[in-house]
Amino acid sequence: MTDNLEALRDALPRLGEGVAITLQLTLGGALVAFIVSVVFGLLSISPAGPLRWVSTVVVEFFRGTSLVVQLFWLYYVMPLFGVSMDAVLTGVIALGLNYGAYGAEIVRGSINAVDKGQWEGATALNMSPLTRMRRIIWPQAWVLMLSGYNNLLVMLIKGTAVALFIGLQDLGYQIDELRVDTATIFAYGIGLLLYYLIALAASTGLRALEKRARRRLGLSAGSVHASAGAAL
Amino acid sequence: MPAITFEEFWSWEAAANLLPEVLGAFFKVTLLVTVVGTLIAVSVGMLLAVLTQVAPGIIARPLRWVMDVIRMTPLIVQLMFASFLVPVTWDLLWVGTAVIGVHYSTYMAESFIAGIRSVDRGQWEAARALSLPQGRTWRAIVLPQALRATLPALGNWTISMFKDTPYLFAISVLEMVTVAQQAGNSTFRYNEAFTIAGLIFLAASLFTAFAVRRLEKALVY
Repeated sequence: MTDNLEALRDALPRLGEGVAITLQLTLGGALVAFIVSVVFGLLSISPAGPLRWVSTVVVEFFRGTSLVVQLFWLYYVMPLFGVSMDAVLTGVIALGLNYGAYGAEIVRGSINAVDKGQWEGATALNMSPLTRMRRIIWPQAWVLMLSGYNNLLVMLIKGTAVALFIGLQDLGYQIDELRVDTATIFAYGIGLLLYYLIALAASTGLRALEKRARRRLGLSAGSVHASAGAAL
Repeated sequence: MPAITFEEFWSWEAAANLLPEVLGAFFKVTLLVTVVGTLIAVSVGMLLAVLTQVAPGIIARPLRWVMDVIRMTPLIVQLMFASFLVPVTWDLLWVGTAVIGVHYSTYMAESFIAGIRSVDRGQWEAARALSLPQGRTWRAIVLPQALRATLPALGNWTISMFKDTPYLFAISVLEMVTVAQQAGNSTFRYNEAFTIAGLIFLAASLFTAFAVRRLEKALVY
């Protein structure tokens, strides 16, 4: 056990670098995914048919093909078109597009779940479609969206481990390196615990946001299950 | 961006050469892992869900925590972990399938728990009033209703599992994307290899999504 702990102490700087890569992928991927989900989610409820159609095709495409295939496509095939990207950026874009497509469904579902009377009321008050969305519909849909995003963010954090496939030295890679000097159970135990803590922190953060959003709407804080990833 | 012609990008001949190999891997590995993995996930998930509901808190609470850890950590890392733990003679295809099954069982358990909780209280009370033993109450009254409520979620998890099978690449199981990658390595035709693999995924996902929707309509309403 002391050998394990000594090896862990020596490996701490490298583990730190691994965590940094994983966090870069998580934050970058989450940012891209958020933008993609809002854009395609809103397009999918647009009154213009062709816009809805484009959104459906894009969303089904990125949801229907595997994350690994998309990653490999971006990494190996895009350079043929003269687009060579750094591995972290490739990972961020692949994660963002894949989970963004799932997110678009969350945005669409949440907006549709807002009571019909709210739309009618806003229209009756002569609000423009933009004001209606921004001031009335979005704040109510946002509360619903946050619990969906919570699950999605945990999925995205787990998805960052695909970075291994394009040679990135993320947390998963560094755990595998640590295993050389320690017992397998010890190295992977530490690794899974670190991933769990990252996911737990992200999930707790989003839950706090959800509580705030509920309070601002004058709803009770509500009971949200402590852990995420259960329903998607 | 330099303009490249379609002929430079895509060779039908290379694609035709690759197709049998990639499609073979799809049927022999990807489909097999998904089907066996789903069977494991559904049965283990159901067991976990019932256990968390009937076991005393001292067992149920740690169990929930372990399930949370499995659910919130990357499948790839779990696959690698398991591949180092088992004896070297074991076939990693089956080890991988078991890990995928157990990983998804924690998701399915959450869906089952939600389904069990959605069963009306009156059903429990009526079962008790008829003095049905607990085993029969679960088997004949609660689970059939819970299962109907969870079916859409189970379908989604199966599709999700199917798209996670390329993670087996991490423990060098020859599944479809690994085969595509290796074919790309030997012929330098990555575009055809990965495009074909992607299209097969897309076709199979759309088909499964359609089948699940049909099944839901037939069973639920």
